[in-house]
Amino acid sequence: MARITLDHLAHAYKPDPQVPQDYALKEINHVWSQGGAYALLGPSGCGKTTLLNIISGLVRPTRGRILFDDRDVTDLPTESRNIAQVFQFPVVYDTMTVRENLAFPLKNRHVPKDRIVQRVDEIARLLDLTPVLGRKASNLTADMKQKISLGRGLVRPDVAAILFDEPLTVIDPHLKWQLRSTLKEIHRALDITMIYVTHDQTEALTFADKVVVMHDGAVVQTGTPDELFARPAHTFVGHFIGSPGMNILPCRVEGATAYLGHEPVALQRGYRNLPQNERVELGIRPEFVQLQPKGAGLPVRVRRIDDIGRARIARVEMDGRLLAASVPDNLSVSGEEASLRLDPHHIHIYADGRLVAGEPLGGYAA
Amino acid sequence: MHIDDVSLTLARGSLNVLLGATLAGKTSLMRLMAGLDEPSSGRVLVDGKDVTGWPVQRRSVAMVYQQFINYPSLSVYENIASPLRVAGLSQAEIESRVRDAARLLKLEPYLDRKPLNLSGGQQQRTAIARALVKRADLVLLDEPLANLDYKLREELREELPRLFAESGAVFVYATTEPSEALLLGGNTATLYQGRVTQFGPTPQVYRQPQNLVTARVFSDPPLNTLTIRKAGGAATLSTGGQLRAIEALASVPDGDYTIGFRAHHLRLEPSGADEIAVPAEVSVAEITGSESYVHLDAGDHRFVALVPGVRRWEPGTPVTAYVNPRHLFLFDRDGRLTAAGTAQEAA
Repeated sequence: MARITLDHLAHAYKPDPQVPQDYALKEINHVWSQGGAYALLGPSGCGKTTLLNIISGLVRPTRGRILFDDRDVTDLPTESRNIAQVFQFPVVYDTMTVRENLAFPLKNRHVPKDRIVQRVDEIARLLDLTPVLGRKASNLTADMKQKISLGRGLVRPDVAAILFDEPLTVIDPHLKWQLRSTLKEIHRALDITMIYVTHDQTEALTFADKVVVMHDGAVVQTGTPDELFARPAHTFVGHFIGSPGMNILPCRVEGATAYLGHEPVALQRGYRNLPQNERVELGIRPEFVQLQPKGAGLPVRVRRIDDIGRARIARVEMDGRLLAASVPDNLSVSGEEASLRLDPHHIHIYADGRLVAGEPLGGYAA
Repeated sequence: MHIDDVSLTLARGSLNVLLGATLAGKTSLMRLMAGLDEPSSGRVLVDGKDVTGWPVQRRSVAMVYQQFINYPSLSVYENIASPLRVAGLSQAEIESRVRDAARLLKLEPYLDRKPLNLSGGQQQRTAIARALVKRADLVLLDEPLANLDYKLREELREELPRLFAESGAVFVYATTEPSEALLLGGNTATLYQGRVTQFGPTPQVYRQPQNLVTARVFSDPPLNTLTIRKAGGAATLSTGGQLRAIEALASVPDGDYTIGFRAHHLRLEPSGADEIAVPAEVSVAEITGSESYVHLDAGDHRFVALVPGVRRWEPGTPVTAYVNPRHLFLFDRDGRLTAAGTAQEAA
C-alpha cells in the first residue's frame, strides 16, 4: 500500500529529445493517494501505457522521479517495486489448479500455509471462483482464466499498488458488468491503490474515483467522473468522454453572447478577456441540447435519428456542421427542418481547446 | 461447431446483425454461410440455388475479421486492390474501384503507406475497403470493431450503415454488444447456444423479444428478472411481498412466471401511483457521464438501475426501486412471452 508520486516525470523513446513532440510522455506531476482507485484513460498512442510501464518499472523515464510513499523507486526493477499487475490477456499456469494459480504469488513469497488458504478463499469468494478452485485452469473459458489473472493480481495483501492494463478486453459484455462492480467492491474491501489503464470511458468512469485523461502524451484533466462530464477542462475531454461526445462549435463571443454564425446564444457568464488570435469554441453536451419543432430555437436540419433503445439521438446539421441532440420522448420528428434549444447552464467556452472560466454576470450585464 | 437448426432468409441489400455472447455460434454460422465449413445437415441457398458444399473460392464472399488482417508488405492501395488483381480486372477498373473505396473509407491520404504505419482504425478501414471492392454478394463482418478504441468504434459505426446501404450486397455483422446492434439497425438475429432465438427488424426484436433468452441477449446492462407465483387473485414476488393487481397478470392462468425489465426502467424515485415498489439495498454505484448505474440487492436478486443524473450512492443505503407495470415483460415457465405481455410497451 502506498502513495504514488510522479515528480517531473517525462519520457522520450528517442535519444536526445529536443522539442515537446519528441516526448511520448510530456512532463507530468501527480500525487496518487494511498488506497485510491485511478484510471488512466485515452486513445491508443496517448502515452497511458508508457506511464504505466514507468510505474511498473518496465521503462526508465528520461526525466523525473517516481516515489512510492517517500521511497524513490525510479531505478528499481519491477520485481523490487512490490506491485501486482493484471494484463489484457490471461496469464495462468494451465497445469495448475485454480487454487494453485491463486496461491502462487503468495507461495513465492513464503507466506505461511494457513494464511495462503485463508487469503485464496477470500479472493475466490470475491471473484466467484470458489466452485472451480479444485479444477485445472487449462479447461476453463477465457473469461474464467481472466478472472484467475485478476485473482492473482489481487491476492497479495501487502503490495504497493495493483496495475491493470485493459483487463476486461477478453470479457463478454454481460460479464463485464459483473466484474466491474466486483472490482469496485474489492477495491473497497482491500484498501489498495489501484491504477487501471483503458481506452474505454465506461470502464474508466465506473471503476475510478479519479480519472486521468491523457491526450497526445500529456494529462489534459484529472477529475471525478462527474467533473469530467460536467466541466471538461479541454475540448478533447468533452469529445472523448460521453457517447456521443460534446458538440464543439466554432463561435465568436462578445461579452455574454456567443454567435454561432449569425445566431446569438445567451451565456450565463461574461467573457471579456478572451485571448486574442485564439480559436474560440462553444461546447455543449448532447444531453443538454434538445431537438424542438421548427421555429423554437436555433434552426437546424435533421439528418438522422438514432434509436439507441432507451433514448433517441438526433444528428442535425447547422451551417454545415454536424451536432448531436437529444430527442424528447413526446416529440415526433417529421421533415428535415427543426430547431435546437441549448441549456445555457451547460454551455462552456473554450480558447485553443482550453476551458475559459469567464466572469459572473452580476455587475455589468442584464 | 454447434449450430442447431438455424433457418434464416437474408434479403439482398440488407444488413443483418448476429447478436450473441462469445461462443453463441456467431462465427460458426458465418463460416457455414461463407462455405468455410460444411453443415452436418441442412442447406445454404443463394437466390434459390443450392450452394451447400461449394468451396469458398466458388462463392462470392468477402470477410472482415476482428483482427486487422492486411498484407504487411503491400501498400494500402495494393492491399485494397489485391482481390481485383486476383480476379484479373483491368488496370483502369482496379484504379477506379480502389479510389472509390478509399474515398468512402477516408483512406485517400494513406494509399501509399504500409498498413503497419497506420492506426488500428485505419488498418481496419483498409480491410473493410478490400472486402467492399470485391463487390461480393455476401459480406461477412465478424466483430470488426472489437479491437478498436472506443471513439474510433463510434466513428466507424456511424459510417458503416451508409457504406452498407450504398453497396447492395447482403451484409452479416456479428457483435456481442446490444448497443452496437441498435446503432446499426437493419435486422437482428439473436443467437444463444447455437440457436437463433429471434430474427426481425432490430428495433422490433429489441422492443418485443418473444422469449426470455432473446430479452437477455438483447439487454445491456443485463435484464433484471424476478419470478412471481400467481395463485388465485394474488401474486407473490420472489423478492418477498405481494404484487398488486397488474393488467398483464389478470389474464394469465395461475402458475410461475418470470418478470423481466430493463435497467433504465428501474427507477429510484416514484413516478406514478400504480408502480411496483421493490425494497432493496445499494450494492455499488457506477457513474458514467450523465447517468449512474446503481447495482441493487433485493433479497437474493441483483438488479441494475440506470438512473439519470450524477449522484453518490453509498453502499448499504436502503432504497425503494420502482418499475412501471407497462415496462414489464411477462414470461411463462418455458420462457415464452405471454400473450398478455405482448401489448406492453416494455422497451
